[in-house]
Amino acid sequence: MEEIRLTIDGQEVKAKPGMTVLEAARSAGIYIPTLCADPDLKPYGGCRLCIVEIEKLRGFPTSCTTPVTEGMVVKTNTDAVNEVRRTVVELLLSDHPSECLICHRRKRCGPFDICLRNVAVTERCVTCAKNEHCELQDIVDYLGITELPFKHTERSYPVDTSNPFFYRDLDKCVLCGKCVRVCDEVLGVGAVAIINRGFGSKVATFGDKPIIDSNCVSCGECVVHCPVGALMPKVTERPTEEVATTCTYCGVGCGMYLGVRDGKVMSVRGKREGTVNNGFLCVKGRFGFDFIHHEDRLKYPLIKKNGKFAEASWDEALELVATKLGGYKPDELAVVSSAKCTNEDNYVAQKFARVVLKTNNVDHCARLCHAPTVAGLVQSFGSGAMTNSISEFRDAGCIFAIGTNTTEAHPIIALELKRAVDNGARLIVANPREIDLVRWSYLWLQHNPGSDVALLMGMMRIIVEEGLLDQAFIDKRCENFDAFKVALKGFDLDSVARITGVPKEKIAEAARIYATKKPSAILYAMGITQHSHGTDNVIATANLAMLTGNIGKPASGVNPLRGQNNVQGACDMGALPNVYPGYQAVTDAKVKSKFEAAWGGSLSPSVGLPVTEIVEAAYKGKIKAMYLIGENPLLSEPDITHAEEALDKLEFLVVQDIFLSETAKLADVILPGVSFAEKNGTFTNTERRVQRVRKAVEPIGESRADWEISCQVGKKMGGKGFYFKNASQIMEEIASLTPSYGGISYKRLEKGGLQWPCPTPEHPGTPILHTQQFTRGKGQFIPLEYKPPMELPDKQYPLVLTTGRSLYHFHTGTMTRKVAGLNVLKKEGEVEINPADAAKLGIADGDRVKVVSRRGEVVTKANVTEVSPAGVVFMTFHFAESPANRLTNPALDPVAKIPEYKVCAVRVEKA
Amino acid sequence: MELDIAKESERITANCSRDSSNLIPILQEAQGKFGYLPAEAMQKFARFLKLPESTVFGVSTFYAQFKLAPTGRNKITVCRGTACHVRGGVRILREVERQLGIKPGETTNDMENTLETIACFGSCALAPVMVVDKNVYGRMTTTRVAQILGKTK
Ligand code: SF4
Ligand code: SF4
Ligand code: SF4
Ligand code: SF4
Ligand code: FES
Ligand code: FES
Repeated sequence: MEEIRLTIDGQEVKAKPGMTVLEAARSAGIYIPTLCADPDLKPYGGCRLCIVEIEKLRGFPTSCTTPVTEGMVVKTNTDAVNEVRRTVVELLLSDHPSECLICHRRKRCGPFDICLRNVAVTERCVTCAKNEHCELQDIVDYLGITELPFKHTERSYPVDTSNPFFYRDLDKCVLCGKCVRVCDEVLGVGAVAIINRGFGSKVATFGDKPIIDSNCVSCGECVVHCPVGALMPKVTERPTEEVATTCTYCGVGCGMYLGVRDGKVMSVRGKREGTVNNGFLCVKGRFGFDFIHHEDRLKYPLIKKNGKFAEASWDEALELVATKLGGYKPDELAVVSSAKCTNEDNYVAQKFARVVLKTNNVDHCARLCHAPTVAGLVQSFGSGAMTNSISEFRDAGCIFAIGTNTTEAHPIIALELKRAVDNGARLIVANPREIDLVRWSYLWLQHNPGSDVALLMGMMRIIVEEGLLDQAFIDKRCENFDAFKVALKGFDLDSVARITGVPKEKIAEAARIYATKKPSAILYAMGITQHSHGTDNVIATANLAMLTGNIGKPASGVNPLRGQNNVQGACDMGALPNVYPGYQAVTDAKVKSKFEAAWGGSLSPSVGLPVTEIVEAAYKGKIKAMYLIGENPLLSEPDITHAEEALDKLEFLVVQDIFLSETAKLADVILPGVSFAEKNGTFTNTERRVQRVRKAVEPIGESRADWEISCQVGKKMGGKGFYFKNASQIMEEIASLTPSYGGISYKRLEKGGLQWPCPTPEHPGTPILHTQQFTRGKGQFIPLEYKPPMELPDKQYPLVLTTGRSLYHFHTGTMTRKVAGLNVLKKEGEVEINPADAAKLGIADGDRVKVVSRRGEVVTKANVTEVSPAGVVFMTFHFAESPANRLTNPALDPVAKIPEYKVCAVRVEKA
Repeated sequence: MELDIAKESERITANCSRDSSNLIPILQEAQGKFGYLPAEAMQKFARFLKLPESTVFGVSTFYAQFKLAPTGRNKITVCRGTACHVRGGVRILREVERQLGIKPGETTNDMENTLETIACFGSCALAPVMVVDKNVYGRMTTTRVAQILGKTK
């Protein structure tokens, strides 16, 4: 790229075209005072502090809005400029607590020093949490302001302490507008705006209500960006040490620093460089860390004696587990691993199951979220993972988001979608509910739950009929197109409109936009997978991408958004019944002997049971003992009444967890694992990026890293390959056996994450899959037919229940329900119901209601809202008090064995 | 008769495009129809124009022409300009406040009177000035306040 040369304060500075004078100065280490400029925000030019003198330009241009040009000569620190700046600051300070600010003793003063200035203690910099980190102080020092000409006027706004994580003290606000802009420009939330005018101007929510009563999502970005002490976290102590790691709360895999003080995690800061999140975090990542040191953490092994848990030593507990497990036949055993644990944990867990227990009965909760993705995309492309990278979305021409409530479940990816829309992308949202994304969408297809195949096939038929397909791509890169084309016959627009409930014109328009506004990216999540025909849904998205050539290119592709922090990694590590690490089939004799040689033991040649069938086998008494790591099936399985009975029938249940979860209560032995803050390892995020997790604090009590525990059980049971000294050694073994991880090592990860496939130590990683050819060679078109959900509403159960997530909680809430603040923001489950349905049933907003399905009933609170369409009700599954999965239908997808969480029939009545 | 705010708001936006530049005309129409901007109406407009509710609120509070609460049948304005100030405008204001039991910006419970102040009414020669609806009362004294307000009741 070209370089622009300019002179700033006599120094020659090189800049890139498009940079502002301010950016150029900062990159050269030259300080220019600013209040409203921010690298994350569009130039604003509001505070006028960044003014400079530029030769051949009249007046004082603001450096934050002036682009650099070749040969420019800039002076940043002249008397004339500083004179104007001084006036600006003096005016600002006329209603800011300023006595300390202009005091020459400020840096030596303590909060309760006797002050000749007679400053109220509440008005002091020295009692302000921002003291010494305040940009206003820096500016005052830079300008050397020591007295103020204007009479001080007090604003005296009440401090807004309503948010559990931060407070707003608007007396200290300098109206730079950064909070307003970050909330609108970056988040797209717009919780606050500047209201009134003149002296009465202030930052306020709609109706000037406390922030908790607004649409604020508590991400804390405004707090991070506020230059002064107006917006501050409630915990203001500063950490003494920061450890770079990866967020534990979702598949986005945001980079963060854990702030540690006195051996405790007490703050979180977003990491900018080399991360997917560019420094931004959502509420869970930023504020949800209290669970780490929660008093309920399991600190010692527990053994159940006469129905009661008693503390035990590690030796005793491990011995018991080893002896008990050793007493069963391989077919009677199962290991359930965890998408919340690291790659290393998962690798060791599946190795333990295969080598020591001699069974392939090992699985994890990906079964319950993205098994169809793996099953479906493998058939179509040969590889079941997100094809493109998160940072590409901003360049897309069209984004088709189907079955993903991105703002709630993948908040940082939602920021990228917002950005894409700002850059001109057309966002098409397909969702039965009026989710937040709909606000930014160009087109919203409100299709009936479970009608995805019909919708997608209908769109494809339009694309074919109107000749919008990419025939060259199909001919060169794909196969089986003709058979597929025949299957489109059944999807004429009239029947598709009838099945989906979407008007014909909208379906056709969506098809045209997707096919013509290239590059087009498909994003989907559990709205696609959690159906009894989830695999078909996935295949439909793959067909659509191939049909239009939207795959293997930047900003396109089929992009399943993985839910849990390491669900991609747990799959990669072979915590699956049919494959070893790297999706190498257990049924392939060559592969099996490779692993037998490496692991030093014979392995079972037959495919094991998936978790949904493990539960069923336990119910039937075929599985007798289970080793369950970091999972809580008693909230996450469908039809949990049945799951509970099944687990009750087990002769021996070991649970390894950090809290006494609903499931752990049923255990015979509980082994205390550690949280992400107490161990080293790696998570693989949704875009296949392997990232480091680093130990920030010592394990709580006697708890131990999960891989360590599995190794110890393995060793006790006579397993050989369990002598790992640290997590890094495990990764070495993973790399040696998993081709797609072949080039990954902790040393390389120090420099940032790597996206698999990364086969060799020199390989840079792969941001986009299938660029030259598909993993399976040719992309395969697969004909589909529409299948309705297994359970449809009828007279007795007239409503459709669909389930999902809330921004404020993670999975079954084992961790987030322990974070006090998150429970202030969302303390209980609800059932969302349309006003029309509510009126018919005589239900008012906030009423206690009973939701009943064929499998059980749950009492919860009604949230009467137009977000849910008439005929559809919605619940989240995080809450043990109102467990949605008591209602859901365990009908399984025949291929992927995923239960139909997204559709079942219920009735709602007043409780 | 009470207006149905939701229905009327929808009627206002019915013939508009969903372009944010329509915000001010929409607010003006609502102000005309309701006499103020009800919160529910502002929320409807925000949703219609795909704007954050806070932005609509920011605009509504920026312009003096918009009111956020219903105003009374009569509008009483007391001038607080310099000329009126030196001639005791504040005492007139205090007296009006005392008589009506409300502060500037507020409306009496019976929805009869709304009190406001103004920076200068432009009739400084008549200072101190008080205005009731369209009638201007110059050279005000505190005793005349009661008389005038009596009339408005
Ligand atoms: S915001 Fe800054 S200038 Fe204001 S009181 Fe706090 S430290 Fe001092
Ligand atoms: S916390 Fe986030 S959503 Fe809430 S006001 Fe701040 S930036 Fe906006
Ligand atoms: S609260 Fe902070 S960020 Fe927001 S306008 Fe005031 S000073 Fe700026
Ligand atoms: S988006 Fe996901 S990974 Fe990022 S901070 Fe939030 S929960 Fe953590
Ligand atoms: S920083 Fe440039 S005007 Fe505020
Ligand atoms: S100051 Fe009151 S009318 Fe001018």
